Amino acid sequence: MSDAAKPGKGTEQKDGPPAVNADTTKTQTSGLTPHEVEIRQDAAAGLEPEVVGVRHGMFGVTQGGDTSGYSRLQRPILIAGAAARPYGGYFDEIADNLERGLVGGTASYAEAVDRVVIDRGEMTLRVRRQHLPAVARVLRDDPSLRFEICTGVSGVHYPDRAGEELHAVYHLLSITHGGRRVRVEVSCPDDDRHIPSIVSIYPANDWHERETWDMFGIEFDGHPALTRILMPDDWPGHPQRKDYPLGGIPVEYKGATVPPPDQRRSYN
Amino acid sequence: MSTHTEFTQTEVPEHGANDIYATSSADEQASQGAHVFNAAGGDWNDLVDEATSLGEERIVVNMGPQHPSTHGVLRLILEIDGETVTEARAGIGYLHTGIEKNMEYRSWVQGVTFCTRMDYLTPMFQEAAYCLAIEKLLGITEQIPERASVIRVLMMEMTRISSHMVCLGTGGMEMGATTVMTVAFRERERLLRVIEMITGLRMNNAYVRPGGVAQDLPPGSIDALREMVPEIRRGLGELEALLNENPVLKGRTVDVGVLDLAGCMALGITGPVLRSTGLPHDLRKLDPYCGYETYDFDVITRTSQDAYGRLRIRIDEMYESLKIIEQATDRLQGSEGPVMVEDKKIAWPAQLALGSDGLGNSLDHIREIMGSSMESLIHHFKLVTEGFRVPPGQVYQAVESAKGELGCHLVSDGGTRPYRAHFRDPSFNNLQAVAAMCEGSQIADVIVAVASIDPVMGGVDR
Repeated sequence: MSDAAKPGKGTEQKDGPPAVNADTTKTQTSGLTPHEVEIRQDAAAGLEPEVVGVRHGMFGVTQGGDTSGYSRLQRPILIAGAAARPYGGYFDEIADNLERGLVGGTASYAEAVDRVVIDRGEMTLRVRRQHLPAVARVLRDDPSLRFEICTGVSGVHYPDRAGEELHAVYHLLSITHGGRRVRVEVSCPDDDRHIPSIVSIYPANDWHERETWDMFGIEFDGHPALTRILMPDDWPGHPQRKDYPLGGIPVEYKGATVPPPDQRRSYN
Repeated sequence: MSTHTEFTQTEVPEHGANDIYATSSADEQASQGAHVFNAAGGDWNDLVDEATSLGEERIVVNMGPQHPSTHGVLRLILEIDGETVTEARAGIGYLHTGIEKNMEYRSWVQGVTFCTRMDYLTPMFQEAAYCLAIEKLLGITEQIPERASVIRVLMMEMTRISSHMVCLGTGGMEMGATTVMTVAFRERERLLRVIEMITGLRMNNAYVRPGGVAQDLPPGSIDALREMVPEIRRGLGELEALLNENPVLKGRTVDVGVLDLAGCMALGITGPVLRSTGLPHDLRKLDPYCGYETYDFDVITRTSQDAYGRLRIRIDEMYESLKIIEQATDRLQGSEGPVMVEDKKIAWPAQLALGSDGLGNSLDHIREIMGSSMESLIHHFKLVTEGFRVPPGQVYQAVESAKGELGCHLVSDGGTRPYRAHFRDPSFNNLQAVAAMCEGSQIADVIVAVASIDPVMGGVDR
């Protein structure tokens, strides 16, 4: 039926390779997600993605055997790396103005800002922790930047990223400049959990820094009263850290228990 | 008739029978060394002088966490001098439930059911912020169907009104005006009926989903919306007639809980409190999402910087929300279309349908996966149990909640669960203003000032 519908093709197919393999010349993505393809294209353009971990197996099974037959598969977890100019949009302007605003201060732009990451239409300034207050002050006070509002700090714990296990992520909003946003990300190693406080610059961060200390154990040096805020005062440990032990559930059946969620066999 | 003050600091009497004001002997044991005042006639001024001379005027009072007027389990630590508050601090954490941590062990879709419970008066805003953030991470923001965005706007504005209604109602009740509460809750009930009709639940809806909304509007909901809007408008008129020029209310709220623009900026305050200083800051205008730029509405501001201004702003904002609801209803009435993203690797596999045994998966879908297509069954099973994967990275998405900027910071490691989900709840941030608003005022004004912030502890403590 297909031969009749497509005259002349039948003979071609007999001689040539099967039609299934006809597009081998095209880029083979070999099961990569569109995001991974995009990041690899960025890498081809000179922007090196950052490897932040390795994913094992097909389904992310961490407990028990991977029955998929792909258990030895290893794939790096890639996130967007340092961006190259132009960043696009208002991001170049922010970088330029920050560079100018930092002149004459305690640190130059190159010293303070480790790298700039542009990902999903958002700008991230990776700032070295000792220079965070200087950068925050310029971001707030410089008329061309004027990020009036800091919407708090969010901690993230990456146990696998040696030397920068704990991250503090600040999101800034400029009302003056029509809703511009920038993210400032600071990291500290787990054995030296200190990040300078910016409460003196953004008083709104008072409770947010207390929360991040409470949940992650990051000590914000210079905070007026770094005490627990959500957990009880005498609580041991910092619950949102990935190494914080989770509780299982005892079951009334021959002493069985449901293991804690991080020890169950599950997909991730 | 003795007018001289019988006001002496006495020894604890040994023979209680002689003293008509005597305490029980057990109390005496407990009060060894304490001052005992016997007041029999006389002048309060003398009492005050006496108490002052004792040098014990620094009194620290815990208001809450179980106090009916502190909006749930907020603990206010007040240092008072007579009726004047000299220092005020807020203690929180009594409703901390670890929602953010829990979300790290659930799939991306299941996270909606958690974040909706944070600020339980504004469930739609958390859901929308969370889902918009996931969509940004997935890079499918542009693919969200128009109809889904309109429904999201509709639901968010209904939630805004119902949240403001609770704010006014409970705020009035805390000041002793129960009628405000009855009117506001009656109107809120109309909204909740429609919300229940559309989502199946009055609160904790889990209706907004990554990629769209859980299901399309059921038949009859457009009519219910059309019927609801004028009724709410009438109820709002009633509230306005009751409140706007009410001398008692004005006496309690005008120039109470004052926080000026500089204070708001320093403390990162957003929402009605910030707009009461005259700054028209509203993320729906400044940083639009869900197509808010295509709706016609105004940002309400006032310049009085006090609790009264915030109350009036909330009332006027409800009228603006009604305007948006009407526009959204018009768009929904004229249009048909999908309410979930087309990508079958993300979209929830089934649309719900109302059957004879209640709301559940649509029968057509069950028939397909159980009867005719094994691949559909596998796909359904994988997507529901395992969930979809989200490319590694981080995003921040903010929406204008009824209380201010609600931000959602999501981090993904490429897995089927959030690596980290953090919510910047507006109440959490705004409660920091309690000290600035209350110090130097009367105790009664503390209640009004806190009510004008409108904190919800579920959101504050998460």
